[in-house]
Amino acid sequence: MTMGAQASIARGDGTAQELYRPPETERRLSLAFITVGFAHLAVGILLGLLQGLQHAGIDLYAYVPFVRHYYQGLAMHGVFNVLVFTTFFIGGFLFFVAGYGFRRPLVTSGLAWTTFWLMTAGLLLVDWALLTNQASVLYTSYAPLQAHPAYYLGLVLVVVGTWLQLVILLRTFFAWRRENPGKRTPLIAFGALVTLIMWTMASAGIAVQFVGFLLPWSLGWMQGIDPLLSRTLFWFTGHPIVYFWLLPAYISWYFMLPRQVGGRLFSESLARLAFLLFIPLSLPVGFHHQYLDPGVSEGYKAIHAFLTFAVFMPSAMTAFTVLASIETGGRARGGQGRLGWLLRLPWRDPSVAAQLLAMVLFAFGGISGLINASFTVNLVVHNTLFVPGHFHLTVGTASALTFMGIVYWLVPYLSGRRLFSPRMGVWQAWLWFVGMTIMSRGMSWAGVLGAPRRTALGTAPYFAAEWTVPTWLTAIGGAVLTISGLLFFINLIGTLTASPRAEKLEVPVVESAPDGQDPVPGWLDRFAPWVTATAVLVLISYGPTLYRLFGEMSLTIPGLRPY
Amino acid sequence: MHIDRYERWWIYLAAGLLGVFGIALAFSSAVLGIRLPGIEEQFLPTAAAGDYDVEQGWVRELAPGRYEVNMRARVWSFEPNEIRVPVGSTVTFYVHSDDVIHGMKIQNTTVSMMVLPGEVARATYTFTEPGEYLFMCHEYCGAGHHFMSGRVIVEAL
Repeated sequence: MTMGAQASIARGDGTAQELYRPPETERRLSLAFITVGFAHLAVGILLGLLQGLQHAGIDLYAYVPFVRHYYQGLAMHGVFNVLVFTTFFIGGFLFFVAGYGFRRPLVTSGLAWTTFWLMTAGLLLVDWALLTNQASVLYTSYAPLQAHPAYYLGLVLVVVGTWLQLVILLRTFFAWRRENPGKRTPLIAFGALVTLIMWTMASAGIAVQFVGFLLPWSLGWMQGIDPLLSRTLFWFTGHPIVYFWLLPAYISWYFMLPRQVGGRLFSESLARLAFLLFIPLSLPVGFHHQYLDPGVSEGYKAIHAFLTFAVFMPSAMTAFTVLASIETGGRARGGQGRLGWLLRLPWRDPSVAAQLLAMVLFAFGGISGLINASFTVNLVVHNTLFVPGHFHLTVGTASALTFMGIVYWLVPYLSGRRLFSPRMGVWQAWLWFVGMTIMSRGMSWAGVLGAPRRTALGTAPYFAAEWTVPTWLTAIGGAVLTISGLLFFINLIGTLTASPRAEKLEVPVVESAPDGQDPVPGWLDRFAPWVTATAVLVLISYGPTLYRLFGEMSLTIPGLRPY
Repeated sequence: MHIDRYERWWIYLAAGLLGVFGIALAFSSAVLGIRLPGIEEQFLPTAAAGDYDVEQGWVRELAPGRYEVNMRARVWSFEPNEIRVPVGSTVTFYVHSDDVIHGMKIQNTTVSMMVLPGEVARATYTFTEPGEYLFMCHEYCGAGHHFMSGRVIVEAL
């Protein structure tokens, strides 16, 4: 195994920083994760285009091999984009930022490779089941819709892989702490730890659901299933998973992007606080997906509504700290006036452009999320196209476009090759921004007019005339997004295959504030209190309902494959 | 911990805004009476004790202007899928699923519910405007999900 090399170079701003280069095996590992993730996103984007066109009345499924109908394509679109792409990109990214942040090899890179192969093996099972139309249950896996056991098993292996990631990160963290007594956890590694600690606790829900119920039931070892209990376990994980997608983007926005625009982190304390708040607040919110379920009490739904509002707070803090950090960059580059600094930001850097545009749309994603979470208002938008209109702004832009932006510097760094075309990258980011604005607008509009989500609207006999313009907007936006995706993949493949070798490349990371200037209290560098708070909150918000549902559990409803 | 003055204001502003939203939601629920399904929604229709079989779909007039609908949802249809009531009627819908999870949303009303096998979904609405109200399944239930719909016809007196 090659060890990481340490060297010192002078940076543009005159400061010297210890350069660390992770061992080659770790660089290849991150690249492998990212490649698998983006390969699935490529398929997912194309299937998304088919859906948009179907809504506008252009049904192309008959011409696509392997995809029998709208819903099989939709199942793949959802699973590939939000489960596979995200999890694999995040896997590669978090391993990288942890190793780079701690400036030491992972403990161990061998276990990390085992994790990769385990997750990839699981993924192949999932791919097979989806491609053969044996798992068209959509990514929510709502029982009694039943999939092939390989699908459930495959997803379990992927989740087990994410737990192994936490084990590796914690072992690396402990090794670093022994070597660096009394030091604060480096920011990017801190962000990676928060992400995986939160996710591992959150994944308990689907772990019980899949291993305890769905898998044995699909194998015929269990006669029936309890749909409400299964659904409740799913949403225990199903909402916090969105913060698993979001926090890696926050790692970049807080701790990397300010460096890319030549600024500094505005407030380290508040940045750490925002991250830590996500540990307890991400979990006790799942009932806001079940507002309309009979069998869950109105009181607990109200508690989850309140806590969903609470988890909005760390994102509100993020909006301030990240923007203020970016402003320091714009001003350092000579920007004047209230807004003049915006123009001085390096918009021609595709990584910067992608992430700034992702933030703009995320503001709207946050607002539409509040609408969805609003208890009674949810009655109007529940299960309508308003909901995908919302989450294409959040996971589909705040996360996805930010991850693309990260790729624009990370893949050159990992592969040692220059980015194939920065200019194409800037075009790609703007096209994503424009395409998503149009598509999300169309979806939200159709949703408010009552068009259901997850529905082949183009062939629905009840298609309403007033849905025509919004569904066309959806189709047009989807087409623009597909072009953007195409540019991205040309750039990615070009970088990996046709680009010249790069000279020294920098990993953009903000400095931790020197002690004294912005003292960071000790409680902002500890995880245990926050994990304890999570357990207490989950016990209060979920305990009684889960206790009752397990008590009343009746495993009687048989599975069905109506697809 | 140091917090910048503007950032402090921003945090207060965000929290205050959420507080206002929360009060509005509490108002809509407690004062305007817009309710979500809860545990008590698992009850069966009042008529079930009589000649009416909950395994069947039916519409029944409880009193002048008050109706009860027992609805069965299955892949991929509703029974009944055409309901006629006079304008001004208050209708309580009880919806059961015979197989997978379905949804039931009546356009331009506050009726929207998840229909889970093993549970009974209930919602009440007063139709004050005559016309045709489309209802459809709004939870994915298989390859023919988009065919699953029906209508409430509210007749002018």
